[in-house]
Amino acid sequence: MKRWLPLVFFMVLVGFFAKGLFLNPREVPSPFIGKAAPTFSLPVVGNAQTAFSPADMKGQIWMLNVWAPWCVSCKVEHKLLMALAESRTAPPIVGLNWKDKTREAQALLARTGNPYVAVPDDLSGRVGIDWGVTGTPETYVIDRAGIVRLKHVGPIDMDIWLNKFVPKLKELGA
Amino acid sequence: MTPRLIRQGLLTVFLALSLPALANEPVTASPAASPTAPPTAQPLFADVAIETRLTHLSRELRCVVCQNEALVDSPAELAGDMRQEIRDLMTAGKTDQEVLSFLTSRYGDFVLFRPPFKPVTYLLWVGPVAFLGFGVLIWFMALRARRTFQSAPVNSAQLAAAARLLEEKT
Repeated sequence: MKRWLPLVFFMVLVGFFAKGLFLNPREVPSPFIGKAAPTFSLPVVGNAQTAFSPADMKGQIWMLNVWAPWCVSCKVEHKLLMALAESRTAPPIVGLNWKDKTREAQALLARTGNPYVAVPDDLSGRVGIDWGVTGTPETYVIDRAGIVRLKHVGPIDMDIWLNKFVPKLKELGA
Repeated sequence: MTPRLIRQGLLTVFLALSLPALANEPVTASPAASPTAPPTAQPLFADVAIETRLTHLSRELRCVVCQNEALVDSPAELAGDMRQEIRDLMTAGKTDQEVLSFLTSRYGDFVLFRPPFKPVTYLLWVGPVAFLGFGVLIWFMALRARRTFQSAPVNSAQLAAAARLLEEKT
């Protein structure tokens, strides 16, 4: 038994390293989970006179999708977002246009379809920093009380939607 | 043409082209000869003290885009925005500690290259020392075992048998 001890230690170490190797380093745990969503007020793409604020969504479960017209992986999830918006089974999606021109965002949405209920325009990226955004796309789920419940980094596909979002939304009673 | 000739030819052309340029340079570059004042380099930032603090602090911070790079070195656009954010906070009179809590409340302890000492990081901080202690312990135990080594007991009957075997050899 005693002679096997080093091997046992080694295997435990290998176990930890193997686990670490398959973790996604982009998946940074958000300190906002369970905390109130940061507030902001930004003009909306397509109508600079109206402003969007997270307070507008109070009382309903909603999702904040951080995207940008130049972002390729946002195009990957666009189809799914469109389907979700059309199905009306998913919560409303707000699309934060992160650090790109209003004109570009408007043109792209006009061309490919708009899955968002509102598109606040964060040209400076300040709101993004407030939300702890590290890149696009990122998606947050906010509950009725305005608490952030889920954060997903990277594009959403069907698998992620069914296994990560749907259980959380059910838990929140969507 | 041999390569040598080509090289000489090129050198001649190059010298011919660069000589007038060399001759002109001191004249145009001289401030005295220029009618208007020479353009002086503008500082890249307004406040040297804040910039020093920013540089110092952002060495300790991780760029969230290029994750193994410090915020101070990162050319990522978001890193630039974050540096600007820190600069603004400092200009507004926030202390380094307040700036750090601003960032950790948004990006978590992940932005700090030196994670704070708290229950989840106990193993991280104490681990290496604990492993070293464990190794030293094993080392001492091995040394002790060697020092207290005892030779196998030998009785007279065995010695006699050994002597007999030696005598048998002719």
